[in-house]
Amino acid sequence: MSESSYDAIVVGAGPAGISAAIVMARAGLKVALLERGEYPGAKNVQGAVLYSRMLHEILPDFWTMPGAALERPVVEQKTCVTTEDSWITFGYKSLKFLQGIPNCYTIIRVKFDQWYAAQAETAGAELFCGVTVREVIRKDGRIAGIKTSDGDELESSVVLACDGANSLLAQKAGLIDELKPVEVALGAKEVIGLDPKIIEDRFQLNPGEGSAMDIFGSVTLGMLGYAFLYTNKESLSLGVGCRLSDYQAKGLRPSDHLELVKRHPYVAKLISGGKTLEYSAHLIPEGGFKSMPPLFSDGFLVAGDAAQMTNPPYREGSNIAMTAGRLAGETVIEAKKKGDFSAASLSAYQLKLKASYVLSDMEDIKDLEDAVASVPGFLEAYPKLACDLAHLRFSADGVPKRQHLRQAFRLVADRGLWRIAKDLWPLRKVAI
Amino acid sequence: MKPELKVDMTVEAKLGTLEWKKSPEAHISLRDASPAAPCAAKCQDKPCVTVCPAKVYEWEPDHKKIVVNYENCIECGACRMLCPYDNIICDWPLGGMGVKYKYG
Repeated sequence: MSESSYDAIVVGAGPAGISAAIVMARAGLKVALLERGEYPGAKNVQGAVLYSRMLHEILPDFWTMPGAALERPVVEQKTCVTTEDSWITFGYKSLKFLQGIPNCYTIIRVKFDQWYAAQAETAGAELFCGVTVREVIRKDGRIAGIKTSDGDELESSVVLACDGANSLLAQKAGLIDELKPVEVALGAKEVIGLDPKIIEDRFQLNPGEGSAMDIFGSVTLGMLGYAFLYTNKESLSLGVGCRLSDYQAKGLRPSDHLELVKRHPYVAKLISGGKTLEYSAHLIPEGGFKSMPPLFSDGFLVAGDAAQMTNPPYREGSNIAMTAGRLAGETVIEAKKKGDFSAASLSAYQLKLKASYVLSDMEDIKDLEDAVASVPGFLEAYPKLACDLAHLRFSADGVPKRQHLRQAFRLVADRGLWRIAKDLWPLRKVAI
Repeated sequence: MKPELKVDMTVEAKLGTLEWKKSPEAHISLRDASPAAPCAAKCQDKPCVTVCPAKVYEWEPDHKKIVVNYENCIECGACRMLCPYDNIICDWPLGGMGVKYKYG
């Protein structure tokens, strides 16, 4: 590793860190991008759906770049609500998702992160893999570098903590305490290999196109969370994530929970004949707005999962990390021009995040998880009510329809119209 | 209230799909591993044992202690948050060591 000092040390070669590194290196800053894995992506797990616009703002028209590590552009998004033996699916499919800036792509993170990190190197950042950062170095009251697990020290004007959901760096910098089990979700996933033709037939896709689906209801056993199923080129990504405190209370291993999801008749049919290529598990920081650490201090910035920047109901995270990484990078460029890396100077980062969609979106959903969690059985009761009503609607059982209607009214009345309205009201935040 | 689930693919079989670069040094340890540790004396539920997605933690009733199979770890960090007695120290493995996802 080079002995000379850097303008910026970026810890973590994921969406936030790589984005920051690209922006800063392009502006001529001397940037070290440190990754503890043997290669970028070695430690990274995501569903994964990547929304395009935020990456397009960093790498214009990235989907046309040779070697861009993308799986399928998503042409259809679906939601499925389940009981044990019934389910309702509703989806939206639009060819507009493929035009202009395609809305989103499925990606395989290990491939994507290696490709994306290579773009940072092309921009001039120095990428060092296999480097675990153990400590921050402080000098004159500010953070002025890092110390690795090998004992090497590296100095810089600013350190960017982009080290993911379990940000030990932000903890060591004193910005954040240990997260609590109610502030994180634990996700388990399998990549399931399947012939592309079978994928396209089963999901009614044209060759090369993809779909993304989230599954709510009985599949999470009353826990706060959801399952997902995304189509890759030659595989499916099937996962489930629930609040860690819920797994703790149930004493349930997420890998075993995933087995239950796989056996749901709807899912079972879609993955049948597939071969599990890889299992993974990862934390998702879902404490959100209320759990965010301070985003800057003297010589220090935090971006992406490390700063709890996710929007779970919209399954956004990697795109937010890219925006935050870019804005952190732009803040450092301005700080270098001023020769001032103090907290006051770096506070511009927070203003930039406020002016973007990032903080406003996170603020809007800050109470949603608590609201859903405060209604016991929310994620079981409403899918069941919806399926029961659908069952009446679609059954010709010799019973007069007016009696079906009375039964339907009774189902709703049993729960209470006012209670239903009150329970569902918080969902307005994610309706559009 | 642990639900009884039918498991077609065990966590061991799932871990069989993964690769690690083995570290000579454990990155996980227990603050107190003695027989008087809270794991033996106080902790009824042992969420590290029941929830860890890589089955790193196993309770040995004969020796009344938790065995830490750090080589299995897939580095999610949940164990530290799960432990009701703050008895788990889990830092990252040495540079380049540990799990190596191929898909992620």
